[in-house]
Amino acid sequence: MAQRAVPVTARWPGALAGALVLVLTIGTLGAVAWRAEWGGGLAPADWAAIRFTILQALLSAALSVLLAIPVARALARRRFWGRQLLITLLGAPFILPVIVAVLGLLAIFGRSGILNDGLGWFGIEPISIFGLHGVVLAHVFFNMPLAVRFILQGWLSIPAERFRLAASLNAPVGRLLEWPMLRAVVPSTFLVIFLICLTSFAVALTMGGGPRATTVELAIYQAVRFDFDLGRAALLACIQFVLCVVAAVFAWRVTGTDPIGAGLDRVVQRWDLARPAVDFAAIGLAALFLLLPLAMILLRGLPGFLDMPTTVWAAAMRSIVVAFGSAALCVLMALALALRGGAMVSVIGVMPLAASGLVVGTGAFLLVFPFVRPADVALLVTMLVNATLALPFALRSVAPAVAQIKQDYGRLALSLSMIRWSWVRLVVLPRVRRPLGFAAGLAAALSMGDLGVIALFAGQAEETLPLAMYRLMGAYRMETAASAALLLVTLSFALFWLCDRWGRADADM
Amino acid sequence: MLTCENLLLQQGSFSLRADVRFQAGKAVALIGPSGAGKSTLLAAIAGFLTPVSGRVLWDGRDLTHAAPGDRPVSVLFQDNNLFPHLSAAQNVGLGLRPDLRLRADDQAKVAAALHDVGLDGFADRKPSALSGGQQSRVALARVLVANRPVVLLDEPFGALGPALKDEMLDLVKAKLVSAGKTVLMVTHDPADAQRMADMAALVADGTVSPPVATSDLFSNPPPALKAYLG
Repeated sequence: MAQRAVPVTARWPGALAGALVLVLTIGTLGAVAWRAEWGGGLAPADWAAIRFTILQALLSAALSVLLAIPVARALARRRFWGRQLLITLLGAPFILPVIVAVLGLLAIFGRSGILNDGLGWFGIEPISIFGLHGVVLAHVFFNMPLAVRFILQGWLSIPAERFRLAASLNAPVGRLLEWPMLRAVVPSTFLVIFLICLTSFAVALTMGGGPRATTVELAIYQAVRFDFDLGRAALLACIQFVLCVVAAVFAWRVTGTDPIGAGLDRVVQRWDLARPAVDFAAIGLAALFLLLPLAMILLRGLPGFLDMPTTVWAAAMRSIVVAFGSAALCVLMALALALRGGAMVSVIGVMPLAASGLVVGTGAFLLVFPFVRPADVALLVTMLVNATLALPFALRSVAPAVAQIKQDYGRLALSLSMIRWSWVRLVVLPRVRRPLGFAAGLAAALSMGDLGVIALFAGQAEETLPLAMYRLMGAYRMETAASAALLLVTLSFALFWLCDRWGRADADM
Repeated sequence: MLTCENLLLQQGSFSLRADVRFQAGKAVALIGPSGAGKSTLLAAIAGFLTPVSGRVLWDGRDLTHAAPGDRPVSVLFQDNNLFPHLSAAQNVGLGLRPDLRLRADDQAKVAAALHDVGLDGFADRKPSALSGGQQSRVALARVLVANRPVVLLDEPFGALGPALKDEMLDLVKAKLVSAGKTVLMVTHDPADAQRMADMAALVADGTVSPPVATSDLFSNPPPALKAYLG
């Protein structure tokens, strides 16, 4: 059987995008390994980093999921004013810059934060947030909302008729309907979060640190930045790659639909709704946990907002340029790969998830090192790296849409001889605009907030906004840092909103 | 003459044999139970399904390996016949220029075709602003401007109500059959076949029977058709 139902498009854009991703993931790793001076292999500290990475990822994923279950259950059962807004808000941490959240959490749990102030009133010694619990706290802040959305989707996927049947039989809803659903949804949620936490850098950099709380990604940073020990960096990157591939293969196989999408506004009618206080307590606490740190940023950042040094504004301008460039490159690559389609493309599309952003950046520098000064191309490399790292998410948004377009209109276009550029220009681009806008928004916001490879090589003149903010925090200029955080979070959400809005503009589809 | 020569088609575990000739300039109804392979036959003629063996010929020219767009064939599918983001005029224009770079005389042809199907003044509307019947008319206008000798109808009017469907069939008869097109129409409704087609071919039990006069087929149905009609 042979079926031809998809118009032909040029092969080179997909091939080019695929090659670029391969060069930036495998190629950069190769470059780092090749330039390395292979010494004594892994030091005890490196083994500690590996153990810590796995431990914190396990704890973060387990806590995120455990805390998310009651919140998701409450959101699935209760109807209240602002429910949809809250669910939308749960998607926000995905594009919230890590460094902003860290500053917000410090304002509450840090040395001079609200919590320690409160404890001081009772004469209790202040607690330190730095270390394993700080890392886990920040990871839970980011990933608990993601877990809520995953699990809520599981809850809402139980057909309303089942609840009706259970009610008429007076059967226990929990054991009959909810437990089987959780058994299907929780493992995939756990694995996705585990994977996200494995490559954590900015959180570990700010909340961890010290030999006892160092992740592999942070160890790579230290190996490159302080020791310039490329051999160790490459070795660590390989270990991280293997860890991620194993987790990613598991995660991708058990993952269902995308939690970022819409469709969570349904409330299923239930007949087992005693004790609303428990549900609303769960919702209230979760909302407080998410909103309080952001409110603190607003509170502390607003007063000095207009007095920020010009260097911060300059850094913001650079970040915006990098974000737009990265978003454009990312959606172009995603579109080229999606048009090409096929299993190979799917594999290439998820590879950046397993790559270390720092190694990608270091490798890219090594590849261009003979020709230019690293600082000169710091922003360009950051743009490339950010585009590559955002690619899996962009592809998850764009690829299914392109596949649907091929399925719906492939035959019609073929019978009309619409191939190559006509097909892309007249059919694919107009119809894929919405997911394309969403993907661009995601890529732009992720790039805007990224504090990764830029920390390795940038001097004062190449500083991005997250890096400027990090350096302000390092200098204990917390008020200015909070103002910069406010600017950063505003820009991130504005960029996302702008791109997403562009995708939705032409609504009469 | 449209010829299916020793055609063997396969889709998964389903297979269909066809060794039939369709006379040029006639409307032929393909009738049979659902799942019998009526749409499969059209997919092979349109070029979406490569036959396992056998050939498809038009006036002696071998089409078996031609690309769908290079065949002398226009198709109307069950659904998705229009691009929802393009206006009626643009959708029609695709029948002339697949890249939509329409010259002035192309534009005039589009307007004339829209006029022909009774859609004056609807050129700038998008499909979502048209009724189901009007959408079918736009698709038909595109078939008119494409002006290809063979037209395949894969139940494009199935979603319309009975009166609208009859209206569309009459329009097909008036605009396409009268103009000498060879029309192949899939249907599972005997009334449709009798309304529009001079000839009808039974598709059942994995084979396509040669077309015979529609009235003969229904006055003296073979066992498979009898079983289907009940």
